[in-house]
Amino acid sequence: MLANLIGFLGDFDLAEEAAQEAFAIAAERWPRDGMPDNPGAWLTTTARNRAIDRIRRERTLAEKTRLLEIEEAVEDDVDEQPFPDERLELIFTCCHPALAIDAQVALTLRTLGGLETDEIARAFLLPEPTMAQRLVRAKKKIKAAGIPFRVPPPHLLPDRLTAVLAVVYLIFNEGYSGRGDLSGEAIRLGRALAELMPDEPEVHGLNALMVLHEARRAARFEDGELVLLADQDRSLYDPGAIAFGRAELDRALALQGRGPYVLQAAIASLHADDPVDWAEIAALYGELARVTESPVVELNRAVAIAELEGPEEALVLVDALDLDGYRYLHAARADLLRRLERRDEAAAAYARAIELTPDGAERRFLERRLRELEPR
Amino acid sequence: MKYALLIYSDEGFGTWDTLSEAEQNALRGEYMAISALPETVGAQQLQPGTTATTVRVANGGALTTDGPFAETKEVLGGFYLVDVPDLDAALEIAARIPAARMGGSVEVRPVVER
Repeated sequence: MLANLIGFLGDFDLAEEAAQEAFAIAAERWPRDGMPDNPGAWLTTTARNRAIDRIRRERTLAEKTRLLEIEEAVEDDVDEQPFPDERLELIFTCCHPALAIDAQVALTLRTLGGLETDEIARAFLLPEPTMAQRLVRAKKKIKAAGIPFRVPPPHLLPDRLTAVLAVVYLIFNEGYSGRGDLSGEAIRLGRALAELMPDEPEVHGLNALMVLHEARRAARFEDGELVLLADQDRSLYDPGAIAFGRAELDRALALQGRGPYVLQAAIASLHADDPVDWAEIAALYGELARVTESPVVELNRAVAIAELEGPEEALVLVDALDLDGYRYLHAARADLLRRLERRDEAAAAYARAIELTPDGAERRFLERRLRELEPR
Repeated sequence: MKYALLIYSDEGFGTWDTLSEAEQNALRGEYMAISALPETVGAQQLQPGTTATTVRVANGGALTTDGPFAETKEVLGGFYLVDVPDLDAALEIAARIPAARMGGSVEVRPVVER
């Protein structure tokens, strides 16, 4: 309903207030008069009318608004009149490139996720007033700069959809490293997107990827310490989630999806198997590297190659990469050197990785590895 | 909605001079085509930053200095004023401005409308 109101009114705050007023009126009237046949439509109409009243009271002669051209609907008259679900328009508006990425994430969580400002603030370890201001500024920018409320036209859609998926995945990743709540939120958003855009393979690809990652969550840590993929207790994997993730992946592949999220989901699916098909994983990373031209993907491919052809081969690939500020490069190098028993070089690489890693389970893991290298 | 499209580019090495006459004419044509759009309600090319003079008033007196207001690498070189339905439309026009793909930037800012 909120999405519909925002679309109708072109103003986030006005829509929120109107919605609240409508709920208040319903709480008062429905116990007395009985539930209307179509409560959703009743609420939406009531909210619209309240908003129109307010605008009329507040407008000046110079202010033009298209709302005045729209006839005021009668509340009780509304039966089956369908109100369009404008959540898709809302997602694309929240993720418009004219907004800073932080603002896109916050706005998406607030308006689509329905999270309260203080919840979002806590999730990103920021004070509430800071998050509140971020939201206020974003909404102001949408209005002042004339960001359109619509699903982008075909020639803009591919890039804009990529941006939306990136925001959802960002939200998922913020939750994945520990604060579980946000990853659930991202999965919910992904499902809504899949409902709204069922023919987009990358949407299903992202859903598959997130759910397959989530399926292994319980096995990733033990007593707060990191457990490597190879050592994970597979009985802790969520079979329902894996099944759902694979179904989404199949759907994406059936739609001829071969984009970055689909490929990553395919890799994630293979990781859930026992034994792991490293050849297929390496091939998929190769395809992903061609699609994204990303050295990080190349790094992942090198790790897969290590399982197939040994650490020496992989080290050649890793040393060719320009990723000096990336902690996983050094962690991967360190591991390869460790396996090759080049202890001094491994220690140096672990030290560098530790420098780049903030406190937490990952850092503790690297420190343990470094200690293990010390001569007894 | 009206938007100002402010064109910033590096005047330093004069990439312009390295272009052939044919290439220069082609670019001029592109700028003129944007000026000729029905959405374009204003357009001016500015003379180089070296021709600028900056005025500030303080303590009741005007302080006049040689040059643009900020000594930056990128200088305002011109602008378009466009009247379009929304930001996306303004961004599309901005993306067509040659300076944007030749190392410069175009700032798109809505105009205050009364």
